Amino acid sequence: MRALTWHGRHDVRVDTVPDPEIVNPRDAIIEVTSTAICGSDLHLYDGVIPGMLSGDILGHEFMGRVVDVGPGSTLKKGQRVVVPFTISCGSCFFCKSKLYSACDNTNPAEKQDMTEALYGHSVSSLFGYSHLTGGYPGGQAEYVRVPFSDVGPIVIPDGMEDDDVLFLSDILPTGWQGAENADIKDGDTVAVWGCGPVGLFAVQSALAMGAGRVIAIDEFPNRLALAGKLGAEVIDFKRTNVLEALTEMSGGLGPDAVIDAVGMESHGFAPDTVMDNIKQNVGIGADSAHALREAILCVRKGGTVSIPGVYGGMLDKFPLGALMEKGVQVRSGQTHVQRYLPDLLQRIGDGDLDTQFMISHRLPLEQAPTGYQNFRYNQNDWTKVVLKPGTQVN
Amino acid sequence: MTPAAPAPAGPGDVSVSNSVWPMYKDYLPIHRSFRNRDPATLWLAGGLGALLGVAAITFYQVRGRNRVSYRPPDDAPVRAARRQRGRATVTGRTITIDRPRSEIYAFWRDFGNLARVMENVRDVSVEDGVTRWTIRGPAERDVTILTTVTEEVGDERIEWRSTDASQIEHRGRVILRDAPAGRGTEVTLDLEYLSPGGELGRFVAKALQAEPHLQARRDLKRLKMLLETGEIATNANRRSAA
Ligand SMILES: NC(=O)c1ccc[n+]([C@@H]2O[C@H](COP(=O)([O-])OP(=O)(O)OC[C@H]3O[C@@H](n4cnc5c(N)ncnc54)[C@H](O)[C@@H]3O)[C@@H](O)[C@H]2O)c1
Ligand SMILES: [Zn+2]
Ligand SMILES: [Zn+2]
Repeated sequence: MRALTWHGRHDVRVDTVPDPEIVNPRDAIIEVTSTAICGSDLHLYDGVIPGMLSGDILGHEFMGRVVDVGPGSTLKKGQRVVVPFTISCGSCFFCKSKLYSACDNTNPAEKQDMTEALYGHSVSSLFGYSHLTGGYPGGQAEYVRVPFSDVGPIVIPDGMEDDDVLFLSDILPTGWQGAENADIKDGDTVAVWGCGPVGLFAVQSALAMGAGRVIAIDEFPNRLALAGKLGAEVIDFKRTNVLEALTEMSGGLGPDAVIDAVGMESHGFAPDTVMDNIKQNVGIGADSAHALREAILCVRKGGTVSIPGVYGGMLDKFPLGALMEKGVQVRSGQTHVQRYLPDLLQRIGDGDLDTQFMISHRLPLEQAPTGYQNFRYNQNDWTKVVLKPGTQVN
Repeated sequence: MTPAAPAPAGPGDVSVSNSVWPMYKDYLPIHRSFRNRDPATLWLAGGLGALLGVAAITFYQVRGRNRVSYRPPDDAPVRAARRQRGRATVTGRTITIDRPRSEIYAFWRDFGNLARVMENVRDVSVEDGVTRWTIRGPAERDVTILTTVTEEVGDERIEWRSTDASQIEHRGRVILRDAPAGRGTEVTLDLEYLSPGGELGRFVAKALQAEPHLQARRDLKRLKMLLETGEIATNANRRSAA
C-alpha cells in the first residue's frame, strides 16, 4: 500500500510499504477514506518530539471502511468508522475511569521503558506518533491496522459525509475537552491561544458550554477571521500586547479561564521564545511555551488554565510563582477521545456543531508532502488539510 | 588593598603554538588586566573565589544531609534502594492487575504459561517437580535454568530456587496481595541472580542484569496485558514481525 512516512526533520514521503494484516484477536483493518494532517503532526515534521524512527507511518486522524476483523473485534466488514487517535484497551483501571489516553495496556512493554524514564509512567499508545507512545503505524495510508477495535472506533450512520465526522478522531473532542477542562461557568470570559483547528474547536465548544465571552488570540488574519465567525472577539498578538488587552477587555480582572491551544511551538519574537528555539535547535529542550507562560500571567486569580496544546519535555522559565501566588488550577492531557464520541456525533447530527468550516484543502494522499509543507509554512491560508487516499492526482 | 595570590597564567602564557593567540591576546581582558593588576580584576578574582567557596560548602552540606548511613530504614522494598551492596543482583517490580488473586496464582503456578509473557524465555517445561527454563542466549545458544519451588502459599506467594544442575544460580518469588479500592491484585516479582557457572552462563547473567529493572518490569506488563485484555500489545503491522 501507499503511506506517508517520516524520514527526519521536514522530510516526509509517500512510500510503498507492506499492507497491514490482523495480528491480534481484537484487531480490525480499515481502508482509509479520509485522513487529516494535525498540528501534532507538525511537531513531528519539525522534529521536536523525541522517539521517532525513519520510516514511521504518520497520521492519527482517520476514518474509513472495515475490510477485515479479528475474532475479538466487534466491528463488521463494510462498516464505516471513525477511529480515535488514542489506542485504549477498555479494561484497565484507567480505561474504566474513562481516562482513555492513560491506558496501561496498549503501549508495547518494550516501548514503555523510555516513557517511564521521561514521564514517570507510561501512557496510552497513539496512532502515527512517537515510539514513546507505542510507535503504531498511522492513518495517512491506504490501510491501517486498528488494535483494540472493539473499544475505539465509532460506527457512522449512512448519510453523514466523511468531512462532517472525520474530526471526531481527534481535534473536535480535543477542543471540547480543552473547554471542559476550563471549568466554564455561565457567563465566564474565556481566552483561547491559537486559532488552529484545536483552538477553533475550543472556541466553539466554550461558547456551547455557556461562556459569555470568548477571546481568541493568533497572528494570522484568516484564522482569526474563522474564530470571529464563530462568535469570538480576536486579538492579533503581533499587533497587540496580549496581557494588557485581556486585562482591559475583562474589566481589569483577567479571563476566568485560559486555554493554550498552541502547544510546544509557540511563535513570536519574545526573548523566551528565542531561548526555547535555540534549545530546540540543538536538541536539548523540547518545548517552546511562550503562549502558555503568557496564558498563566493573564488568567485571573483563582482561575483555570487548560492545556490541550501538546508538550513533550522539560520546560524552564516557567511562571510557577504566578501559578502559585494566584491560586490557579491547571488541567491538561492527551484527549480521552472515546469518552466524548457518542455525544459529539449526536451534536454533529443535530447540527449543533459545525465541523467543515475549517477545511481549507482536500488533497489526494500522494500530495501529502505538499500538504505538510503548506500547513506548516502557509498557515494563514492552509487552516486544515484533509487527505483522500481513494482519489487520484489530476 | 592586599594583592591576591599569584595570578593564574593568562591564556597568552599557555604554550599554544597556534598563531591565533598573538593576534587576539590584547583583546583578552584577563590577559591584559592581570599584567596591569587592575583593582577591578582583583575584585573579580576574589568574587569568583568566594563563589566557588560557597558552592563547595553547599555541596558538602547537601551531601552530608543526604548521607544514607544517618538514615533510619524506611518502608520501601530493598530493590528500590538507590544503591545495592553485595554480589547478587536483586531486581523486581510491583504491578496492579485488575484480576482476582486466584486467577493470577493459577496462571503463574502453571509455569508453562510464563513463556508467553517472559521476553527472554524461549520455553518452560516441568518434569518431576523441576522446572526447566530455556533462556535465549547469545548466538542462538540457549541457557538452561533449572528450578524447584521452595515455598508456596495458595493465592498468595510462590518461591523458587535453582538446583545444583542449573547453569545460573537464581532465586525468585512472586507475591500476590489484594489491591486497595477493589482494583484487583498487586503482583510483586522479585528476582535474584548470583554468580553463574561457565562462560555462557556468565554472559547471559550479565545480559539479564545489564538493565536490572527492565526484565521484571516488561514481563509483568506483558502478563498484565494478557490477563486484562486477552492479548499482548504490539505495534507490528504483520504477523511475521509480531
Ligand atoms: N491534547 C491533545 O490530545 C491534542 C490533540 C490534537 C492536537 N493537540 C495540540 O494542539 C495544538 C494545536 O493544534 P492545531 O492542529 O490547532 O495546530 P496549528 O499549528 O494549526 O495551530 C497552532 C496555532 O497557534 C498559533 N500560535 C502560535 N504561537 C502563538 C502565540 N504565541 N499566541 C497565540 N497563538 C499562537 C499559530 O499561529 C497557529 O494558528 C498542537 O500543539 C497540537 O499538538 C493536542
Ligand atoms: Zn491530532
Ligand atoms: Zn486501558
